[in-house]
Amino acid sequence: MTLVDTRTPNPAYFIGGATGDWEVIIGMEVHAQVISESKLFSGASTQFGNPPNANVSFVDAAMPGMLPVINEECVRQAVRTGLGLKAKINKHSVFDRKNYFYPDQPPGYQISQYLDPIVGEGKVLLDMGEDGEVEIGIERLHLETDAGKLIHDQDPNSSFVDLNRAGVALMEIVSKPDLRSSEEAKAYLSKLRTILRYLGTCDGNMEQGSMRADINVSVRKPGGEFGTRCEIKNVNSVRFAGQAIEFEARRQIDILEDGGVIDQETRLYDPKTGETRSMRSKEDAQDYRYFPEPDLLPLEFDDAFIEHLAKDLPELPDEKRHRLMETFGLTHYDASILVMDRANADFFEEVAEGRDGKLCANWVINELFGRLNKEGHDVASSPVSAKQLGEIVDLISSDAISGKIAKDLFEIVWTEGGDPAKIVEDRGMKQVTDTGAIEAVVDEIIANNPDQVEKVKNKPGLLGWFVGQVMKQTQGKANPQAVNQILKDKLGLD
Amino acid sequence: MSVDADTVRRIGRLARIRIEENDVEALKGELNTILGFVEQLNEVDIDGVEPMTSVTPMQLRRREDKVTAGGHPERIVSNAPESEDNFFVVPKVVE
Repeated sequence: MTLVDTRTPNPAYFIGGATGDWEVIIGMEVHAQVISESKLFSGASTQFGNPPNANVSFVDAAMPGMLPVINEECVRQAVRTGLGLKAKINKHSVFDRKNYFYPDQPPGYQISQYLDPIVGEGKVLLDMGEDGEVEIGIERLHLETDAGKLIHDQDPNSSFVDLNRAGVALMEIVSKPDLRSSEEAKAYLSKLRTILRYLGTCDGNMEQGSMRADINVSVRKPGGEFGTRCEIKNVNSVRFAGQAIEFEARRQIDILEDGGVIDQETRLYDPKTGETRSMRSKEDAQDYRYFPEPDLLPLEFDDAFIEHLAKDLPELPDEKRHRLMETFGLTHYDASILVMDRANADFFEEVAEGRDGKLCANWVINELFGRLNKEGHDVASSPVSAKQLGEIVDLISSDAISGKIAKDLFEIVWTEGGDPAKIVEDRGMKQVTDTGAIEAVVDEIIANNPDQVEKVKNKPGLLGWFVGQVMKQTQGKANPQAVNQILKDKLGLD
Repeated sequence: MSVDADTVRRIGRLARIRIEENDVEALKGELNTILGFVEQLNEVDIDGVEPMTSVTPMQLRRREDKVTAGGHPERIVSNAPESEDNFFVVPKVVE
């Protein structure tokens, strides 16, 4: 890969050192487990959490004479992902053997793609708030097999091997070295995860290991030559990715400023210490001796295959955000929050259908999501349905209830459920918009509080006290705008 | 292209084949003879010739995404020198 610098150095991202500013350069290799029923080259199940070695066929265990046969759904998933990354799809790709010995890999090699991957160059757009949109290049995406799992804590002298994961399809998604800060790196991982989830090609669950990142980090003087990189292996959360990069950049800067040199090496991030440490020494540098997999012919398909998959691709987060902004008049910020998760965006659209988009966004994001987060629910298990929330918004829009009463109503629907309109009717929560009724209450308060009436003439801020009194007498049901206007008229303010 | 004694030792190490020190020279000779033989292929002009991956025109066979294997962990580990609870048990490999 020839390294091309596509970015303009941004001083906001520079890291200060004793000899001046430094710029950090980051590229990522993300391993994303493909969603499929069976493995890439065998008919064993991919289901997570089964008993040890229950999801293992004789192919996965590398029994003599067993041959791999490719799973066509995994091919489709890789192409869908390529399309989602706006990437070049290679109609001809080749599988290779990547040779290494380790007990988690029974054949002694991983089947991967080396020179001819299934997907070529693409891109991911990052929304960096005030810094605008940043385009991160994708170098390639290839299909490969996952390894098994080793358990080391069962016995002091032995490791236990479970091959359930061995042979499960992975997509390795390689970015160009276009990332320039831990913030961008985190945004990239999150965005990639969102895209994969929209596509339904990977569940993006980093805790279970279905998505993990190898992060290449180097530092240089701003705009200078690329430095020597170190690779941080197997980072399994967005937060750890940020921490690992921060630590690693600082470590490299300190070495360089002390007159040292960076050794190209593989490192491991330890979340407990917040540090990275060397994994392998340079002496036994890996030599994978790649060669074309003799058990598999090249993978080939035609344009019709790609077009068919492109036709069924779902709307992706960037397009969805644009549409939500245009159709519902949402702010960039609100739309971005809604599209981070497809289920959230779908929920919003159901609420907002035929209603005031901004008002709906406000209720969905601030009231509903706020509450869901607090109670550890997601939108799928929301006690308030989209239909119910839509009806609450209707009651606000038609001035049947005030915003304040609406929050009480939301609370009732959340805890008790029920039809919002009926609750408002039954419990007498309707807003008083009848000016005559409000005037009567205002008159009474003015008559009973001559001192306050005198004071408010010089201290207009006291108006709030009057509003409060009216609300108290009407149990919050008076229309706030009407109350304000009537009070101002009667008190001779303005 | 030819290999030296160090390369022979390295290839052996990578392939996990034990090579006795007094076999290195003989293996070096054999490997170089093989490489020399294969190198004759460089004399063929292959400009514009697609790599041949199969003698007959064949397509990569594909499989439907269905679970058709597995579910017999005891058979998987039955030949293992050591196993426990259907895990393979191997000498400790953690650093």
